[in-house]
Amino acid sequence: MHLTLTVNGTEHALDLDPRTSLLDMLRDHLDLTGSKKGCDHGQCGACTVLLNGRRINSCLSLAVMHEGDEITTIEGLGEEGKLSPLQAAFVAHDGYQCGYCTPGQICSATAMLGEVEAGWPSHVSDNLEDQPQLTDAEISERMSGNLCRCSAYPNIVDAISEVGGGRK
Amino acid sequence: MKAFDYQRADSAQAAAAMAANAQGVRFIAGGTNLLDLMKLEIERPETVIDISRLPLDAIEDTEDGGLRIGALVTNSDLAADARVRRDYEVLARALLSGASGQLRNKATTGGNLLQRTRCFYFYNRAMPCNKREPGSGCAALEGRNRIHAILGGSEHCIATHPSDMAVAMMALGASVEIQSPDGKTKTLALSELYRLPGDTPHLETELEQGDLITGVVLPAPVGGRQIYRKVRDRASYAFALVSVAAVIGLEDGKIGSAQLAFGGLAPMPWRNSDLEDALIGQTPSPELWGRAADILLADAKGHGENDFKIALARRTLAHVLDAACGGEK
Ligand SMILES: Cc1cc2nc3c(=O)[nH]c(=O)nc-3n(C[C@H](O)[C@H](O)[C@H](O)COP(=O)(O)OP(=O)(O)OC[C@H]3O[C@@H](n4cnc5c(N)ncnc54)[C@H](O)[C@@H]3O)c2cc1C
Ligand code: SF4
Ligand code: FES
Ligand code: FES
Repeated sequence: MHLTLTVNGTEHALDLDPRTSLLDMLRDHLDLTGSKKGCDHGQCGACTVLLNGRRINSCLSLAVMHEGDEITTIEGLGEEGKLSPLQAAFVAHDGYQCGYCTPGQICSATAMLGEVEAGWPSHVSDNLEDQPQLTDAEISERMSGNLCRCSAYPNIVDAISEVGGGRK
Repeated sequence: MKAFDYQRADSAQAAAAMAANAQGVRFIAGGTNLLDLMKLEIERPETVIDISRLPLDAIEDTEDGGLRIGALVTNSDLAADARVRRDYEVLARALLSGASGQLRNKATTGGNLLQRTRCFYFYNRAMPCNKREPGSGCAALEGRNRIHAILGGSEHCIATHPSDMAVAMMALGASVEIQSPDGKTKTLALSELYRLPGDTPHLETELEQGDLITGVVLPAPVGGRQIYRKVRDRASYAFALVSVAAVIGLEDGKIGSAQLAFGGLAPMPWRNSDLEDALIGQTPSPELWGRAADILLADAKGHGENDFKIALARRTLAHVLDAACGGEK
């Protein structure tokens, strides 16, 4: 089935089996192997990418459902020598050990900071109508869709907190 | 995953009509439940109809002061909507307690209502399961049933409905708008959408072949204290063992109105009007909470590993009622 979509600013025309997940399209058809396959069932967050700016699990989406969409992967957030603020903060805070979950963590955090800015409440927000504050508890809750088997969580929270201005 | 024929619908009527005659057809919205099950070949549709671009993504005020939520409104957008945050806190709280940020960005209102059970044996094709393979038996009855139902189950199936959103909508008295393949539309109370398993656990709703959910309507807000309390094995990103959605109004120190629904306990979001009637007009007290729990749990039946849910439901209900009537949240 024919599909046209934009990935990291570049338009691609592809011919795909409708069964192809968005994740497999990125990894196997576009050689963008930054997005990882941890569970393939929405349970780990390693495959997180941005769909029209919003974070989603690319393993639980069919590529053919994304005609005309804009996808951003970890490769599109920054590059060597020109890291995105979150990429740089993960390096500075040692926000990983093996690094397998890291692309998903960074894509997820990138969109998550936007959600906070837009005023979206979370499960741990006391009041649903106030502008949420980026406390460590808020970061942990909002990032709970990204598991880290190496349990680098404290450093991941530090990195996100620094970029999001959490602990002023 | 089995091969399937992928089609896009360009209107709700067309989607319903396309699904009326096709064999083994499924709509796909967010895909977060359907694709999960298709990868495991538990769902094996021959035709998948993509409804994700239909114009069913608006949240609108209704004439009588309620809210109409399009079937394709994502769980994220619904939880972030200013009216939902202000007037239907129980719903926003339930949504925010479910899944993860990534999943809520894809999960839709219609798909969330129709998500399938998380019963381990339903997911394991090597095991008997009447819901997956009618007549094959139920491995959960004598098996690992920690997450299973204590109310509303049958000797054929004790699976629970996993949604948080649906529990809050049940407490709020929501109804579901449906497009039928014959071009007609119909409305069902959410309490009438789901079927109990009986001896046909594979039939989960009253929807007919081709029926497309187009939206959910919430009645005008009733005010009162709104609480969604979810008890689970970890603090986030886990399904409910027991959950309670409560909308409680107080009048002169007595309970004036009570709308309650329960998750994790039954094959559908569970509401019990006898329990609500027993609360109305009464003065809050621990004894009253005990009587309410007695009514809720009169027919409760544990199956071994899930026996704890009976005590947990009792305590969670007491906690929520106490909080709603002025105690700590
Ligand atoms: C790891 C994980 C954790 C989760 N945790 C939670 C949780 O804690 N709480 C919770 O409530 N949920 C949880 N979920 C489930 C999630 O909420 C559902 O997967 C989601 O809501 C389904 O919506 P969807 O739009 O993706 O549905 P889809 O997968 O697109 O569809 C699901 C079903 O509904 C049908 N359908 C969809 N839309 C319509 C329509 N408009 N009319 C008729 N039929 C329709 C489809 O044919 C399909 O059978 C979790 C999921 C995962 C993967
Ligand atoms: S409880 Fe229901 S879904 Fe689970 S194994 Fe038994 S029949 Fe299947
Ligand atoms: S690979 Fe997608 S969530 Fe694990
Ligand atoms: S760094 Fe190894 S899984 Fe997170």
